Amino acid sequence: MKLEYFKMNSDRITRIVLSLVSFIIVIVAAGMVYSLIEGSIPAIKTFGWKFIFSNNWDPTSGRENYGALPFIAGTMITSILALLISLPLSFSTSLFLGEYFKGTRVARILNMLVDLLAGIPSIVYGLWGFYVLRPLMIDLGIGNQGFGVFTSSVILAIMIIPYATSLSNEIIAMVPNDLKEAAYSLGATRLEVIQTVTIPNAHSGIIAGYILSFGRALGETMAVTMLIGNSNKVPDSLFGTGNSMASVIANQFGEADGLKLSSLIAIGLLLFLITGIVNALGKLIIKRMTR
Amino acid sequence: MKDKIVLGLVILLSLITISPIILIIGELIMKGYRQISLDFLIQNTPDTYSAMTAIANGERIPGGIANGIIGSLIMVAMAAIIAIPLGVITGVYLYENPGKRMANFTRNISDILQGVPSIVLGLISYLWVVKHITNGYSALAGSASLAIMMLPMIVRSTEETLKMIPDSLKEAALALGTPYHKVIFRVLIPTGFSGMLTGILLGISRVLGETAPLMLTALGSSMINTNITKPTSAMPLLIWEFYNDPNMIDLIWSSSLMLMIMVLLLNIISKQIAGKRR
Amino acid sequence: MTDTIADIKNPALSIDNLSIWYDKNKAVKNVSVEIKKNTVTAIMGPSGCGKSTLLRALNRMHELYDNITTEGKVLIHDDNIYDMSTIKLRREMGMVFQRPNPFPTMSIYENVIAGYKLNGIRLKKKEKDEIVERSLRDVALWDEVKDSLHKKGTFLSGGQQQRLCIARALAFGPEIILMDEPTSALDPIATSKIEDLLVKLKESYTIILVTHNMTQAARISDYSLFMYLGELVEYGKTKNMFTNPKDPRTEQYLTGKFG
Repeated sequence: MKLEYFKMNSDRITRIVLSLVSFIIVIVAAGMVYSLIEGSIPAIKTFGWKFIFSNNWDPTSGRENYGALPFIAGTMITSILALLISLPLSFSTSLFLGEYFKGTRVARILNMLVDLLAGIPSIVYGLWGFYVLRPLMIDLGIGNQGFGVFTSSVILAIMIIPYATSLSNEIIAMVPNDLKEAAYSLGATRLEVIQTVTIPNAHSGIIAGYILSFGRALGETMAVTMLIGNSNKVPDSLFGTGNSMASVIANQFGEADGLKLSSLIAIGLLLFLITGIVNALGKLIIKRMTR
Repeated sequence: MKDKIVLGLVILLSLITISPIILIIGELIMKGYRQISLDFLIQNTPDTYSAMTAIANGERIPGGIANGIIGSLIMVAMAAIIAIPLGVITGVYLYENPGKRMANFTRNISDILQGVPSIVLGLISYLWVVKHITNGYSALAGSASLAIMMLPMIVRSTEETLKMIPDSLKEAALALGTPYHKVIFRVLIPTGFSGMLTGILLGISRVLGETAPLMLTALGSSMINTNITKPTSAMPLLIWEFYNDPNMIDLIWSSSLMLMIMVLLLNIISKQIAGKRR
Repeated sequence: MTDTIADIKNPALSIDNLSIWYDKNKAVKNVSVEIKKNTVTAIMGPSGCGKSTLLRALNRMHELYDNITTEGKVLIHDDNIYDMSTIKLRREMGMVFQRPNPFPTMSIYENVIAGYKLNGIRLKKKEKDEIVERSLRDVALWDEVKDSLHKKGTFLSGGQQQRLCIARALAFGPEIILMDEPTSALDPIATSKIEDLLVKLKESYTIILVTHNMTQAARISDYSLFMYLGELVEYGKTKNMFTNPKDPRTEQYLTGKFG
């Protein structure tokens, strides 16, 4: 009798265990927000809004001042530039995969290679950028010893291509064939079909792909750290040096305590919020589409 | 005519897109293969002085990356042990409660977590583990940050895999009077196993190459360390150290090559498993 | 409507004033029926008439959906199934589904004894062997698969898979087997094999079969239930219903006016 009673309730117990375990991820996320805010409080209390708008990052004791503007600017500029550079490349690749060579062997191989691009660790990109791309930039007479915003953006662009490509290629491949055939039967050329059928039907998915890849670029650390030049100022030109939010945390964390540590955590909080908003926007567009 | 130009452009740009992967792997192999030997795999990293002497005498730099390999294995394994059960169970929960408000909320949280930059996860693990649990940099802190990174990937791949299993299979099990937990652990999870494995292996290959969060948590060590409450090295951390030490430059390529081989192998294995299922 | 079933004494199952709602939508409306032992009883009706819901209510599988309300009773041996544990109930009722669904991770052998395995009931090797052989013989699959018992069940043909699923339902020794359009995914040859099998199986089991295939009901069922818009329109001996339907809606359905 007792055993029977237990069995009747075992389904209920299973359900409760499932929900409790699943709640852990919510607790982790909430804990992250809490800890980031708690850690940022000294910096926020000391600098207030000036933290975001000041471009003076000076750890010298006595005139200690931490402003995050150089890093916010560095992150934004490199990511936007990376997105612009990657646009023609990933768009062409997704047309190659989802439209022109859809389902062929060549497309499968290309797709595999693009996937591998996503598998390369950030630090390896950084090394390659430092030893191969940077000398190239010097030869082209770009930037300060090849370091800087532009060099970082090129590497970032390569790194985010697979994210934009995989999503937009899927969406392009999903455009119904009968729509395309209807256009062909009216005498449209392939290019016209792409312009009038494929892109209009897939555009919001393609945009979502770019937004999500932009989100990736915002948080990228190592490759940017190795190439941007790590100067704590708002970049004065596209080819000048600068620093990014992720990079300044990685670079200056080791020796940080007190107000500096709190300022780095506050930068982490800002980065968390910015990437969160960008990703949520991308996901929202996808959700709208698939509904 | 215009059609042909556009097609040509698409092909050209697509080739440019994939050229970096070939260039990068080529570079790693060309510059890295000479240093790779058994010693390289089983010895610890050399100190700067012995590396400097070796270079001055025109010899091969002694030592290897054993401390990094072992450290990476320990931290990734611990991260997997934490993240896999949590991720799979959360994935099952999401699959079992479609449309429920709490499940949608949890899914959104998991998606947000997936987008959090790895350096921020490093910060978090520093604040939680380094400061409060191990009172110093440690392998445990490193694996905590990697685990938080893996968790949403596993949640997602588990849910996506389960969604592809026909409902009738679950119904067949329930119609036999199977208790709910056995339906999950004896029918759903085994049936979706290869799909989940693909997701898990991809997650592992992703965290294996992570550097930034480990800089804030595991720090590094020149010796093999098996005490998880002490600073520990990892392959990407070693690459970072070599990069910053002019005497060790020669070791950068071989250690990156080793890391790439491991990451790519995991990638290929997981793709292979995914391919077999179709 | 009840006069034809006056001969049912000591029924295998009695449905007593059963109603089921999905949200506010009444899918099964006050159905009362007694199912005779060792017969094949067919539930017919146009799609959306509630026949699948009624069948699933008999082993409470309908409770898997959200926002279900159930009223009324279903009695087996004078016990109301809604007062039993679902686990105990489902062990007494075998169920076979539209599409063959052997467990893809299990061998043929394991599929047959899946009910025991999944319920954590330990058997000796000899007992297991006996159950597997008996169940597979019952569904006329033994000779075809006896040399490949440890291969995956998913390698079998559709018809063989479905017979394997019936064997899986029989292995527990249930009294009643519920079948939800068990041949709708099969070719005609496999279908006729399954139909022959059902006629044989009713010697030892009571079979309740949902079908939208009228000729199938006519061929193999002893009793038929006709449902329309959630209502039980007519219930009686299949022969009588097909030759002399009492309700005009039954007649319309049987002559192909709707459905």
